[in-house]
Amino acid sequence: MNIHRKIADDLVANDVSFVTTVPCKQLAGVIDEIEQRDDIFHIPANKEDEGMGLCAGAFMGGKRPAIIMQNTAIGVTINTLATLTQFYRMPLPMIISYRGELREPVACQVEMAVHTKALLAQMNIPTYHFHWQKDVEEFDNILKYTFMCNKPVAILTDANFWGGYGEQ
Amino acid sequence: MIRSEILREIAPIIRDHLVVCNIGLPSQELHMIDDQPTNFYMLGTMGLSSSIGFGLALAQDKPVISIDGDGSVLTNLGTLPTIANNATGNYTLLIIDNGSYGSTGDQPTYAGRKTSLAAVARACGCDNVFEVQAKDLGPVLQEAIDNNEMTILVCKCDSGNIKVPVITMDPVVIRHRFMEAVAK
Ligand SMILES: [Mg+2]
Repeated sequence: MNIHRKIADDLVANDVSFVTTVPCKQLAGVIDEIEQRDDIFHIPANKEDEGMGLCAGAFMGGKRPAIIMQNTAIGVTINTLATLTQFYRMPLPMIISYRGELREPVACQVEMAVHTKALLAQMNIPTYHFHWQKDVEEFDNILKYTFMCNKPVAILTDANFWGGYGEQ
Repeated sequence: MIRSEILREIAPIIRDHLVVCNIGLPSQELHMIDDQPTNFYMLGTMGLSSSIGFGLALAQDKPVISIDGDGSVLTNLGTLPTIANNATGNYTLLIIDNGSYGSTGDQPTYAGRKTSLAAVARACGCDNVFEVQAKDLGPVLQEAIDNNEMTILVCKCDSGNIKVPVITMDPVVIRHRFMEAVAK
């Protein structure tokens, strides 16, 4: 299974047509795939809260948005998630590279990894963790769930899911 | 002129267009002066007016005006390269630059000192950037909305606030009403 293609296919099948990204090494493949898709408008953002603002506008303009970012961005976007996405009740699938988990070579990444699930839980953000490649099978249902409940939803994707950091 | 006087003057120009208005006093003033379903009031999230408005402009064809402030743009400077590199003709960014953080007690911003937001916007790659004095804004804004080129307006004005009530409308009501106006 090509997980990059599967993620992009599911986005398109769920009518997600506006995707903003802030890159991470683990996300390079899926960002490439999204950039190539004609039915997805890809707009790189400089910071993740900026990206969430773009997504909020796109949603109000009638498009289904998504953001792709690293888990360190949770530290950047708490205020935006609370006062924009959640306060105005907007849906936002967040495909998150979960750095600092098993097979992580960079020690500093663990420092945000240990806070990631706690912060998401504190924010009452529904959170899914993809560790095995087969976990991607849930992605389609997670997207449907996100646009059903109009909430930000986190999909944490760790190095094992992507085939190992730098080992691909 | 101060911001509330500018908003009063441009209200007839922006009334029928989609407007994303900055957090704090700008939204409260616009809400008091000319509340419209086509106004999206930010109740939080300083800095994202330009991003929300730009996402909206990319997602549909109607003209969109983001009303932003100098302090708010400084807090989200990364927005300008994104806007410049994905330009869309239906978007106008109006930065009301009073050189101060108006909503928090008029502390000076760097835009009121050495930093030129118009020069920053140009350096970020924005093509149609105009710095205008408050008294000249009306016709320039009208032209920016009417033409099919994305425009960044930096409107220099005095700092100062008037007494305005907070917006008590529920955010979901603001959003729903706005989305109905967008879809109309
Ligand atoms: Mg100001």
